[in-house]
Amino acid sequence: MNRKLLAEFKYDLAPVVRGYNRRTLYVNVGTKEIVSKPVSDMMIDKFVGGKGFDLYLMWQGVKDDTKWNSPENEICISFGPLCGNTSYPGSGKSIVTTISPLTGIPVDCNVGGHFGPYAKFSGWDAIELQGKSEEDVIVYIDGDTGMVQIFTAPDTEINSHIFAEELIKEFADSPDKHQFVSVVSTGTAADHVNITCLNLSFWDKRRKVARLKQAGRGGTGTVFRDKGIKAMVVKYSGLKVDTNNPVDLPTLQQTGLKLHKEIEAGDATQCHMHEVGTAHLMEIMNDYDLLPIRNFKYGQMPEAIGLHSREFTALFTQGMADGCWYGCSLSCCKAVDNFKPRTGPYKGMPVCVDGPEYETAAGCGSNIGIFDPKDVVEINFYCDTYGVDTISFGTSTAFAMECYENGILNKERTGGLDLTWGNADAALELLHQMARGDGFGVTVGKGVRVMKTLFAEEYGADPNFLQDIGMEAKGLEYSQYMSKESLAQQGGYTLALKGPQHDEAWLIFMDMVNNHIPTFKDKAEALHYFPMFRTWFGLQGLCKLPWNDIEPANNAETDEPAKVPEHVQNYVDIYKAITGKPMDKHMLVRQSERVYNFQKVFCMRMGKGRRIDDVPPYRAVGPVTEEEYLSRVERYDGQLKDKIGVDPSGKSTAEKMKILREYREDQYQQLIDAVYSRKGWTPEGVPTVEHLKEIGMDLPEVLEVVNRYLK
Amino acid sequence: MKVLKTYPEKCIACHSCESACSNLYFKEDNVDKSCIVISDGSTPPNMNVCNQCQTCVAACPTLALSVSPQGVVMLNKSLCIGCLMCIGVCPTDSMRTVFGAKNPFKCIACGVCTKSCPTDAIKIVND
Repeated sequence: MNRKLLAEFKYDLAPVVRGYNRRTLYVNVGTKEIVSKPVSDMMIDKFVGGKGFDLYLMWQGVKDDTKWNSPENEICISFGPLCGNTSYPGSGKSIVTTISPLTGIPVDCNVGGHFGPYAKFSGWDAIELQGKSEEDVIVYIDGDTGMVQIFTAPDTEINSHIFAEELIKEFADSPDKHQFVSVVSTGTAADHVNITCLNLSFWDKRRKVARLKQAGRGGTGTVFRDKGIKAMVVKYSGLKVDTNNPVDLPTLQQTGLKLHKEIEAGDATQCHMHEVGTAHLMEIMNDYDLLPIRNFKYGQMPEAIGLHSREFTALFTQGMADGCWYGCSLSCCKAVDNFKPRTGPYKGMPVCVDGPEYETAAGCGSNIGIFDPKDVVEINFYCDTYGVDTISFGTSTAFAMECYENGILNKERTGGLDLTWGNADAALELLHQMARGDGFGVTVGKGVRVMKTLFAEEYGADPNFLQDIGMEAKGLEYSQYMSKESLAQQGGYTLALKGPQHDEAWLIFMDMVNNHIPTFKDKAEALHYFPMFRTWFGLQGLCKLPWNDIEPANNAETDEPAKVPEHVQNYVDIYKAITGKPMDKHMLVRQSERVYNFQKVFCMRMGKGRRIDDVPPYRAVGPVTEEEYLSRVERYDGQLKDKIGVDPSGKSTAEKMKILREYREDQYQQLIDAVYSRKGWTPEGVPTVEHLKEIGMDLPEVLEVVNRYLK
Repeated sequence: MKVLKTYPEKCIACHSCESACSNLYFKEDNVDKSCIVISDGSTPPNMNVCNQCQTCVAACPTLALSVSPQGVVMLNKSLCIGCLMCIGVCPTDSMRTVFGAKNPFKCIACGVCTKSCPTDAIKIVND
């Protein structure tokens, strides 16, 4: 490729010390400025790394009124001190943050692939991208020679499954060294719509293809393209077991090996990650009425048998070392090989499709009424290569389909698309339209919140109905679990800082199935602990899955099985072994609490993040329509009687729905009161100064924002 | 397939094989660094050594483990990133490491130990 060098920055290579480089890389693609910034002790003490560094750097870079497409908006990618070790499963994650085009507040994505570890071992604890380039560029980090370069990008093909591979081949030293290059890219849809993602690659040596892992949520791809960036490329060839330079390699190895053996012994009877990855959840969710079907109306349907995990097991190539980073024996990132799409620009061409994972199978399958796994695989493929987030695509398409089924939309309004439930051809055409930037797909690609406003204003639809069925909060589409029967999960979704994603808390089984957290106080404690514990993965560059998607054989006999105490201790041990710093299970939560509250205040600084923003659509809380109520009439009638003390007999369905709704909405508000109190926030959802002081996040700039809302 | 075959009923647990192995590959007499391990707590002794089953080869994320034309599983240290997933999957616990080292190690059926065995309890065979 004929590229012009636009800027170059040389730096000294130095070994990582105990998980840190102590410098971050700033690249302004507008001014072409490239700078190395020091990492202070304060940054490490208060922000740790990963998401903490991202948010800290982004806070300095943006203004109160920065929008997603303001030049000063940043994309930050950071890795954390534990990231890149090859000993403990799930240690290769990058955390991507930006001001989201969907929410206007920081979004954070935890993503696999080799980019993060290679960028870290190239010498950087975080990367900050700012500015807007007038011409398309590629940012290249050469970690072997110590060079950062900005090149022009006259490339015509930017869809990731081809572009990532082209760049790997271009920047690798030789054909036998493709595995040392990783690419961040998106796809053509990111030029036109907001529900987009970034793809971080890793070279699959067995398949000889670029695999793609997604920084999925919140429209990161759209910001990337708005900045005129076509790709980031990193090359690093020196990986060894001690590249992260841990203070105590034997303990790190011993702890990792213990988990390798546990996975080897337990995975086949626990989560089947080796066989089918997270798609193992499909029938479990369906059995418990938790699989979203038809825009989260139902959690179970007989048709869902079509998406049973065995169908995906049959499609995935078995027996491969499918880890998205070296040393991950959980190996959950499965792939469909030689898949031939039946539609679109790559029709008939054999491709390797990453996934489907559970979220994709549910979002692009059952939630839009599709029950043929091959249709799901095709939607998955095009979402990835076009740079579309499968979760937001599923939830946005489900919303559009329900509007179509209700007569709010029709063929005239959709440009001829028949958006009835399960129409895979129409769903795929929406995707192709997003990639081409034409047709109704562009509308769907703006996300549920924009569609709600548009359909009310343009088509006279009832805004209250649209609010009830539009599965978004803060502007972000819900991920793919039914929360109607789990009050704690309703909170888990709506209180999640970036919007309703399940990565802060997944409490449905604890709450609904096992009834382990019956009181508001119990639920509030769970909604404090688990988001804090899970935040820690994002600070360190770790994956959540090896925490509780494999459990020690005796886990059920421990005091707190939901916390998986032995694995918590593993994390304490590997943190100490890498950084040499003190750590215990309480300090771990405190590290998270600082960054979590910082992110909360960051959201407030950008204009969201208080109680008025923690509002679920009623579809996430209870039955919106009579058909939903009647489909589970025994359950709901029983709850009227047992929980509310109302005799349902003689009452119309509408009357019963009204009573149930008032009760559930009141329960939700009581839950929020309890959670805010536990988290150290006011009833309006503002962190108190006392709490910020107690946790050590009382930086002047943080207090200044908080005081605006406490007055 | 070339493999080191064991005959526990002949083994007198003198540990000469361990010494021969660790001396050859690590230049020290240290059972922790021997590819063959004799446990004399039982009768006959337990003789643990790689049977070249290749389970580890499929698990290796960097293709550092491969099978030689003779059927012996070999480790290419320049490709190994020391993740120890091979040890995690080894069905006979015969892939070994010393914590703190960069790579695991295993029997490559070189036969040096057979020369030290006074009772012919180990033999290189071609199955």
